[in-house]
Amino acid sequence: MSVTAYPTTPPILEPAADGSETQLLEISMGPQHPSTHGVFRMNVVLDGERVVKLKPVFGYLHRNHEKIAENETYLGSMPYTDRLDYICSITNNWAYALAVEKLAGIQVPERAEYLRVITGELTRLQNHASLIGFLLQDMGSSGTPLMYAFRERENILDLFEALTGSRMMCNYMRFGGCRVDTPAGWLEQAQKVVTEFPRFLDEYENLLVGNEILMERTQGIGVLSPELAIDSAISGPMARASGVNYDIRKVDNYSIYSRFSFRVPLGSHGDVYDRYMIRFLEMRESVKILNEAMRDIPAGPIVDPKMRIRGFRPKPGEAYGRIESPKGELGFYLISDGSTNPYRYRVRPPSLINLTVLEDLCLGVNVADVVAILGSIDIVLGEVDR
Amino acid sequence: MVGEGILKGLAETARNFFGSYVSKERLTTVQYPEQRLPRIEAARSFPFLVYDGSDWQQGMRCVGCQICEKECPPKCILIEKSKDKKPDAVGKQQFYPAVFDIDISVCMSCQICVEVCPFDAIKMDVDVDLPTDNRFAGLLLDKQQLAKSNEYYHGIHPTEAAAVDAALAAERAKAQAKKPAAATPPAAPPSAAPVPEAQPVGGESK
Repeated sequence: MSVTAYPTTPPILEPAADGSETQLLEISMGPQHPSTHGVFRMNVVLDGERVVKLKPVFGYLHRNHEKIAENETYLGSMPYTDRLDYICSITNNWAYALAVEKLAGIQVPERAEYLRVITGELTRLQNHASLIGFLLQDMGSSGTPLMYAFRERENILDLFEALTGSRMMCNYMRFGGCRVDTPAGWLEQAQKVVTEFPRFLDEYENLLVGNEILMERTQGIGVLSPELAIDSAISGPMARASGVNYDIRKVDNYSIYSRFSFRVPLGSHGDVYDRYMIRFLEMRESVKILNEAMRDIPAGPIVDPKMRIRGFRPKPGEAYGRIESPKGELGFYLISDGSTNPYRYRVRPPSLINLTVLEDLCLGVNVADVVAILGSIDIVLGEVDR
Repeated sequence: MVGEGILKGLAETARNFFGSYVSKERLTTVQYPEQRLPRIEAARSFPFLVYDGSDWQQGMRCVGCQICEKECPPKCILIEKSKDKKPDAVGKQQFYPAVFDIDISVCMSCQICVEVCPFDAIKMDVDVDLPTDNRFAGLLLDKQQLAKSNEYYHGIHPTEAAAVDAALAAERAKAQAKKPAAATPPAAPPSAAPVPEAQPVGGESK
């Protein structure tokens, strides 16, 4: 595959037809703009309506996560990982637990693996549901699609609350398993939510997928070529929408994903519409995984019985644990020096790395489309700034 | 046909709109302060200290061991251990926390203090009505404000509390059975020494 150079200089603009002088306008979108998903700021240079330059500015939500984690015990960082990508705290827990388990060579019992898959895929459902809601909200369909999406997300958050005690800051995983077993009737309740979920997807597809206005707004906008996606380490649904077949659930086969039959949906254009549609297809695949996992879940312990909660000291070494989080490749890199806290702790945040191509996607589009492109990248500022 | 997608979407909205008059399960709004959702047993807000019996000072299970203070990730707990011992709920001489403060403006409800407590003394509350007009002293809860009875704990987390009570009773029965046994043979074998509670785990199997 030949890699073509991508234009980074703004296109040269022709003078106005009547010969009048025009001027570039630099505006600051954010950090308090309602559709920048939190405290994200873009310095956009405009020629009329068209974007000629865009500089993302992050760091308004920086809270020194990595340095705090280096001064905490291994377990003490677990609740902080909830606060990275606060929409999907369970997958953050999972990636961190996986890194520590690799570092210390801990085995996870069978039932805990199933519980991880079930909660992880439920996280993917609610993340994608809220993402498409927010994307449509950003594009101006005020309220209705977002409320429909949040109605479904609510059911899944209720499940999380019944299981983990918290709706968003779940703090569910532990090294070598999960924190608590399912309460009585939880799996039946979860099965009911999952069984009803495809109905929501059908409804949502009826609502907006064939909508001509939506297609006008999204098709051919913000095209990400597969070459650029690979070169800039884009992962997750965003890479797959550009046709890059890369899903860590298939590539790494971590946990027990090799036991489930699911497909990896791929887009062909890499525009906003593909990134929007790929979330629907992924949710349908997640429902398949969930049905199989809830059918097969065995009884047994949920945490390695040898594992003590206090005084955990992995031997010196390093490990990188990564999972396919709803936003992309979420990895934790840890170096242990044999003490109770990591010597180095590094997060590979999918949101931040997917956001690095924002300028390339936005050059030459109208300023209203910048919001749609940003919405389709799926960022959470808690993870971007850390 | 252009506009077909729009009409399909509007039909879906209409179905939801009229459906909300027919189907009760679509009406999910709860009028919050007057109506409340049923309590969820696993829910957690902020920690509290459990005491047995009726006197909170005597019955407090906490012995001021300061494990939760060390393990708390945001370090929101302050404990000062007592110099003297006092009899606890079953009459055993125990240390007690002279000062036990939790700053709930710092606490992030992770419940790691609950998991590390070897005495089942600290548990998670479900109460969320904690607004105050004093953001410093009003959010710094002291020993008395944190103390809640075991009955209260049974009320909010019945399954968990029953398991804790059973475990504590079993431990007590074991200690009772051990006491005369330990007194009769003069030299107990050294292997009967209590297992150290903090053991490095992991890394050996590699």
